[in-house]
Amino acid sequence: MSYIQLNGITRRFGNVTAVDNLTLHIEKGECFSMLGPSGCGKTTTLRMVAGFEDIDEGEIRVGDRLLSSHKENFYLPPEKRDFGMVFQAFAVWPHMSVFENIAFPLRLRNLSADEIRSRTTEALRNTNLLDDADISPMDLSGGGKQRVALARALALNPDVMLLDEPLSSLDPHLREEMRFEIKDLQRKFGFSILYVTHDQSEAMALSDRIMVMRAGHVEQIDTPLNIYRKPASKFVFSFIGLSNFLKVVKSGDAVKPTGSDDAVNLPAPADVFGQSSAAVLASRPSEIDFGDDGHVRGLVKRRTYLGEIVDYAIVVGDQEVRVQKTARSPGPGPGETCGLKFLYPHWYPE
Amino acid sequence: MNTSVSNSPALRKTRSFGAGEVLLVISIAILVIVVVVPVALIFFNAMWVPGKGFNITDIVDVLSEPETYEALTNSIIIACGTTTMSTIVGTFFAWLVTRTDIPYKSFMKMLFLVPFMLPSFIGALAWKMLLNERIGYINNWLRSLYDVIGIADGPVFNIYSFHGIMMVETMYLFPFVFIQVSGALERMDPTLEESARISGASLFTITRKITIPLVLPSILSGALLIMLYSMAHFGTVAVLGVQVGIINIPYLIYQHIHQSAGSFAAIRTGTVLAAVLVVTAAIIMWTQNKILSRGRYQIIGGKSFRPVEVKLRGLRIPLFVFSIAYIGFTIALPTITIFLVGGLKTYGLPLVLENMTWDNYHRALFVNPQTQRAIWNSVSLGLSAAVITMFAGVIISYVIVKMKVRGKGILEFLGMLPFSVPGSVIALGVILAWGGGHTIPFTGIQINLYNTVWIILVAYIARYMALSLRANSAALEQVHDSLIEAARACGAGMAQSLRDVVLPLVRPGMIAAFFLIFLPALRELTVSVMLYGTNTRTIGVEIYVLNEDGATVESAALAGIALLIIISGQVIIERLTGVRAK
Repeated sequence: MSYIQLNGITRRFGNVTAVDNLTLHIEKGECFSMLGPSGCGKTTTLRMVAGFEDIDEGEIRVGDRLLSSHKENFYLPPEKRDFGMVFQAFAVWPHMSVFENIAFPLRLRNLSADEIRSRTTEALRNTNLLDDADISPMDLSGGGKQRVALARALALNPDVMLLDEPLSSLDPHLREEMRFEIKDLQRKFGFSILYVTHDQSEAMALSDRIMVMRAGHVEQIDTPLNIYRKPASKFVFSFIGLSNFLKVVKSGDAVKPTGSDDAVNLPAPADVFGQSSAAVLASRPSEIDFGDDGHVRGLVKRRTYLGEIVDYAIVVGDQEVRVQKTARSPGPGPGETCGLKFLYPHWYPE
Repeated sequence: MNTSVSNSPALRKTRSFGAGEVLLVISIAILVIVVVVPVALIFFNAMWVPGKGFNITDIVDVLSEPETYEALTNSIIIACGTTTMSTIVGTFFAWLVTRTDIPYKSFMKMLFLVPFMLPSFIGALAWKMLLNERIGYINNWLRSLYDVIGIADGPVFNIYSFHGIMMVETMYLFPFVFIQVSGALERMDPTLEESARISGASLFTITRKITIPLVLPSILSGALLIMLYSMAHFGTVAVLGVQVGIINIPYLIYQHIHQSAGSFAAIRTGTVLAAVLVVTAAIIMWTQNKILSRGRYQIIGGKSFRPVEVKLRGLRIPLFVFSIAYIGFTIALPTITIFLVGGLKTYGLPLVLENMTWDNYHRALFVNPQTQRAIWNSVSLGLSAAVITMFAGVIISYVIVKMKVRGKGILEFLGMLPFSVPGSVIALGVILAWGGGHTIPFTGIQINLYNTVWIILVAYIARYMALSLRANSAALEQVHDSLIEAARACGAGMAQSLRDVVLPLVRPGMIAAFFLIFLPALRELTVSVMLYGTNTRTIGVEIYVLNEDGATVESAALAGIALLIIISGQVIIERLTGVRAK
């Protein structure tokens, strides 16, 4: 049985269903990310696990403990769930020193003074904050504040760590550094992570599995590699990286991009067309090759050097396809026609 | 190299005495004339004895009089009591409307701001009518109740006491704390409390260890505002304290000025007392700045989810009813009492329909030239003071907030002054500066505004400059520098970018400043009561004088009219700002 279980949970705010009948099982020690645009229900899901939101349907369990259950009308308040949590805006308390911030959850558990000191010191050491123990967290940088928040969450040695966009308020280079620190801490202590983010590379780098959400529904739950290689829907495809969607229409046996007379030289799976005769051919700009043996032909409208890479806009029928190649390999110039070969084509219903 | 040298004179030309310096000089001049000179004259006169030079023996004399000592003690007792009670009441209600699931929150929030609208001395008049020991309506009712249940002569509450004064001031001043604290609670990042909760803290522990410490600076800053206001407040003590010998510093100053009939010796005594008030106010302001600079934490959050509300459960409806009852008892009841007593044929008659008449209202509005003139004086003074102060405030705030000119530091310091000078001090300073006691240096001209409306106008401008500065700087801080720079880059000059970009953007702030000044000025008492002459009584003064003369019903009728003007003014603002917000 999975360690963290969300069974058919639903949360409504007025007329809006923020999370709709979500079932989710997470293993012990797993790092699980919830990815999606704002308003997709990822934060609400995390807050239901934390206990800040009650649930309207379903139940939440961790290990053998029941946390929330609609049927049994049961709800364990957040302070009794013994989780660690880190928030986007740091949420370190400015009226306490770094040490006091981290000692706070321990003090609430009536531990002896010696134990509080040793466990706080341990958390400080694990987050490289030993030298800053007695200063105000307000004198620390953003990364420093987030370390305090992390240490505070670690102090209790929780089995589950809830991270709500913890890196979004940091500078890009710090973000990468903290990412690895969180991963190292997880390896060391073995807690499960529930991670909310809207940044796909962050989710890819950290997670064992990723859930992509949209409007309260699950779009896909899979490993980072599968999410990238086999996006389950057009939405997941577009959310996970730069994308082209070439609209195609089926006429007879041929499949043609709209506004073009040339057929796409690729076998299209029959089921994507369904009732209508339209579909989309999805591709990544970096996974297209130029060549005469291309699947479609187009006209180069614009070529832009971006340093490392060159960005092309290619007109195919009445649409535009973006192509990115490294600057080292020469490609066609503006006004030239060229063939486009899709290395990893994906087909989705329109 | 050569080109740069030949270019430099042209460049330098633009750096000469420009619009910025002109505005700076104007700003400093306004503040010097309106605030600095009067306050400086108070200190000068307190220490300078004609013929004897500087001398502090008079100060020592005044301060060692038992009367001064007692007034100062009274001021402090009342201020401390009022501050403590208002802080508790204000913080509690702020917590109730921001952190609990009490019903009709936005309505409740408005409700707790209503006391701000009502002048506390009119409230004091009403409470006098309700809780006068012998003939107060509530006391009479209590007495009849005792008769019914058979207690011979039950205890009744006497409003003419320290308790009464503090109670009435608390009713009208607690919104200072309420606004500060509810604002801080609303802006506070909810995750600060949530992270405590997930750490295992109960709601009670969070309130004690996290929430209260974080909003403590706001609580203290509201409390000090109340203390500052109460120390220098004339009306309530004059109505409820003087009868039983409770006199505070502002009343003592008033007494000296009025009994003196213009004698300079009495005014000198007043200056020493005023200096005491200024020093006290300065200490309070200094403490407040100290607290704010040390303790105002950055607690405003980024991503804001709704804060977790304390579920009041069984207490939800009782607390809601209690809040409504509190406002009903402290605000609605006295207001209705004023209107009813204003309609009585003679004060002391029972409040029944056959004793009621419209005569008092009719006479105040259409017959009695004295009250008509008072209404006219207040309306015209309020309008002029509001318009002048609004524009002066924009100019000064603009220089302080937006401009980078040398000498701005002086202006920032001078700009703080109006915040810390109590009304009665301003009144006295204005008498010294414009009351004909001095000649303007180097010109030999003597300006004597004593007993004219002009002296009141000058005093109003000084008194309300602080409000205008606050509203306008807040509005200007919202206008990002790049907006002005963009206008300049498009080719607009300094003046044109002010007119076309800055003014339209700060107009809401200016309108706010106008009403913030106009409405309180309508009912002003503390300053007017020191400056009025036979023909220059304001509404506040007229109500006060009528009441002192025993014309209680006439005084209540005029108070009722004043309340109607204030309430309709407030409704107009709500409409204007409401439309604006959409």
